[in-house]
Amino acid sequence: MTVEERKGHLMREEGGQNDQFPVGMRVLAVDDDPTCLRVLEALLLRCRYHGAKAESFDLLKEGFNVDHFVPVTTTNQATVALKLLRENRDKFDLVISDVHMPDMDGFKLLELVGLEMDLPVIMLSVNGETKTVMKGIAHGACDYLLKPVRVEELKNIWQHVVRRRKFSHKDYSNFDNGEESERHQIVSSEGGQDLNISGSTNQNGKLSRKRKDQNEEDEDDCEENVQENEDLTTQKKPRVVWSIDLHRKFVAAVNQLGIDKAVPKRILELMNVERLTRENKYRLYLKRLSTVASQQANMVATFGGSDPSYLHMSSLDGFGSLHVLAASGHLPALTSLQSSKVLDRAITGGLGNHGFTSSRIVQVGHNNTSTPCNDLNRFQHINLPGNQHGSLLQGIPTSLELEQLQPRRIQEANSHFPGGFSDNKLATATPGSSFVNGTNSSFISQTLRQQAHPRRFINHSSIRATPISTHPFHVGSECSSHFPDLGRCKDTRKCAVPLTAYATNTSSMGSFTTDDECPKFKDNLTISQRDTNIPTISSTSFMAAPPRDPSIGRDRQCQANSSIGRTMLLPTTMDREMKFVNFSSAGNSKERLEPKDIYIDENDITISSFSSSTMSNNFMIDPFSGNQMMNNSHYNKRMDKSIISLTTASSSILQENFKIDDSTVDDPQKDTYDLEITKLQGGIVIGGCNLDDLVNSSMIKPERDEISLMDSDTGCDFYPLGACM
Amino acid sequence: MLPLCSRVLLSHPFSPMSLMALREQLNMLVNSMYIEGLLDQQFQQLQMLQDASSPGFVAEVINLFCEDAERILTELTKLVDQAVVDFQKVDAYVHQLKGSSSSVGAQNVKLACIQFRQFCEENNKDGCLNALNVVKHHYYLLRNKFDTMLQLEQRIQAYDSKQQN
Repeated sequence: MTVEERKGHLMREEGGQNDQFPVGMRVLAVDDDPTCLRVLEALLLRCRYHGAKAESFDLLKEGFNVDHFVPVTTTNQATVALKLLRENRDKFDLVISDVHMPDMDGFKLLELVGLEMDLPVIMLSVNGETKTVMKGIAHGACDYLLKPVRVEELKNIWQHVVRRRKFSHKDYSNFDNGEESERHQIVSSEGGQDLNISGSTNQNGKLSRKRKDQNEEDEDDCEENVQENEDLTTQKKPRVVWSIDLHRKFVAAVNQLGIDKAVPKRILELMNVERLTRENKYRLYLKRLSTVASQQANMVATFGGSDPSYLHMSSLDGFGSLHVLAASGHLPALTSLQSSKVLDRAITGGLGNHGFTSSRIVQVGHNNTSTPCNDLNRFQHINLPGNQHGSLLQGIPTSLELEQLQPRRIQEANSHFPGGFSDNKLATATPGSSFVNGTNSSFISQTLRQQAHPRRFINHSSIRATPISTHPFHVGSECSSHFPDLGRCKDTRKCAVPLTAYATNTSSMGSFTTDDECPKFKDNLTISQRDTNIPTISSTSFMAAPPRDPSIGRDRQCQANSSIGRTMLLPTTMDREMKFVNFSSAGNSKERLEPKDIYIDENDITISSFSSSTMSNNFMIDPFSGNQMMNNSHYNKRMDKSIISLTTASSSILQENFKIDDSTVDDPQKDTYDLEITKLQGGIVIGGCNLDDLVNSSMIKPERDEISLMDSDTGCDFYPLGACM
Repeated sequence: MLPLCSRVLLSHPFSPMSLMALREQLNMLVNSMYIEGLLDQQFQQLQMLQDASSPGFVAEVINLFCEDAERILTELTKLVDQAVVDFQKVDAYVHQLKGSSSSVGAQNVKLACIQFRQFCEENNKDGCLNALNVVKHHYYLLRNKFDTMLQLEQRIQAYDSKQQN
């Protein structure tokens, strides 16, 4: 028994990093139907899970011990199950429960378990109607399986445990709001009421809102997101899980506030999500950015990580981004949406990993800005270095900086952008934040762009840490050079753009690349320093606006805003330095955003510019408007993916994001993205590894359609698009 | 009615039928059940789960299912017989039966349950009565075949262990 126990113990302690993790995972199965229960037990055993076995509580009491190859623990009563769990909290890794039970509603059990024990819960039912599934997700289920369950499906459920563990072990210390309760709250929100989330940072809400919008567009994505929205409350701090609910709230909040006023704070308030702090989002965002060529992360990051939920969202982000991406893809017109999605994703990702999600969300708000404006906006926002995301990031970097930059940027942007963004959208957000927004927007727009416009854009200057607020990140400007003050701007661009086929010559983005701009911002992950070709700034390099201090700034900015969306959310009070997550995804990014960077202070990311974020949707600042081959949709997907990836696994995040892009990007574009993505990986050293991860995840994974969030092994696949690096 | 050969087989538990023949008979039976729609893929999963470490798994599951199903059918009969039918309750039971039948792979029964639920939703008493009969019909048909199957299995296993000893 010792061996087994130890194994189980090990698994538990080490967060399941053990290769053999799935084996010996301790599962508690609850179902009132004896036939099903028995079958389930056998199936689980077949997967080599084990746990204490007891048919009844009494039996359990006597013979309960997690050791030996005891079959999975089963019980046919929910009350018994609860008791078991309460008394043996650390003896289970996962709970599988039926929905229809006589003594207690399955959903209720789900909530309680999630809240009290923070264990992943999988729902089981013969009823597979969408609304029921949604309900399950809303209540926080990690997954929803249909009866009869097959062994293949069960073989995958361990992922939920691992994921959760990963999140809890992640260094989310920065994210304040990791309250578990928050998550629960979020999770518990009935029916995903958007505003149910108690008090969490609005940002999250916003982000979610954005995402929601986008999600709405993509119903299917929702499902994914939902799934991804696992309760990541494993962390000490109750992390806010950027669940779809949150997202919805976010989106709703954004909508309610109006793009112009969609300040992260407000959004949070509206969202009333617990613990959703901007920080979370920001953080996630940053992460995302770094990972995902800032595409989405930026967006998300901009949200200022406020939402702890974002953090959670990271996993969710994956979704978010996906959604965003997806959404963006679908809504070409809504570029803003897209970006928001991306943002959302970014943000969510940013929160956790997905900086993107937030960004996406941001974008969402702006969907409406379609067309040129959007593009511009996007561009502006996205200033992500080269990457679409980059633009977002750029925007975000300290609003302060933004402002300064703005003038510059605008000029630049104008030149680059067709629409002459200059002020646009990005800036729209409060100056301070506007920057962020800009980034976000750019980011978003990038993302959006992607969809709508295959353009490649982004890499342009947008990445440049767009001078905060309104300036559309240097759109066009070759970026890097522009960041005058920013220094920080390092080209966040790099990151963001992964999605959109930035093909636009990364040069623009690349310009940042060389960190020459911000020497101090090494962190700025200038994504792709590679000025060229690698449009893949994948890591939406947020231009970490080092306002306060370079190092700090970096952190903030570094948000690999893959979730460019995040940028959007940057709180108006950009007191935080705009973190520009420069995702210098471009291979060069040696800079690699430092881990800190990735955690863009959410606060900094003012979402205020959110409204402008609509532009962000376009992330795609498509410098190459023409080039954006990548269909925005693709990008969106990518972004989403990336975002999602961010969320799912810190590391994978990047990959995902990028991944998405790749797939959609046309060859030429692909390169750009890939580059970006890959770049992100290298450059974004978020949190040490997160960025990389993020990047990786954001790296363009060719899987576009599936935005396999989290589950997809986003593993850093940097897309070796030739160009990059 | 059981086919003649089965009856003969069953009535002579120690008939000299070879192990191989027994196995063949079992396979034929199971195959016919698949073909006729009594069983679906899920049952295959169950078969797959049975192995050396859990030799009686399929039998166990089948028994659990039969017990549960008969209990539910009894309840349903009572409920549907009343003057005023509580359709919600009926629906809940049918839902349960649907779940367990799908877990075991009892396809016909499951399909009949689905139809039954339709009538419940429509609050159609006559429809429910009919549907209940259909479910019962399919269930008992399945039950008979399960009985034969289990007996064959038992014989095979006895044979095996006898041979091993």
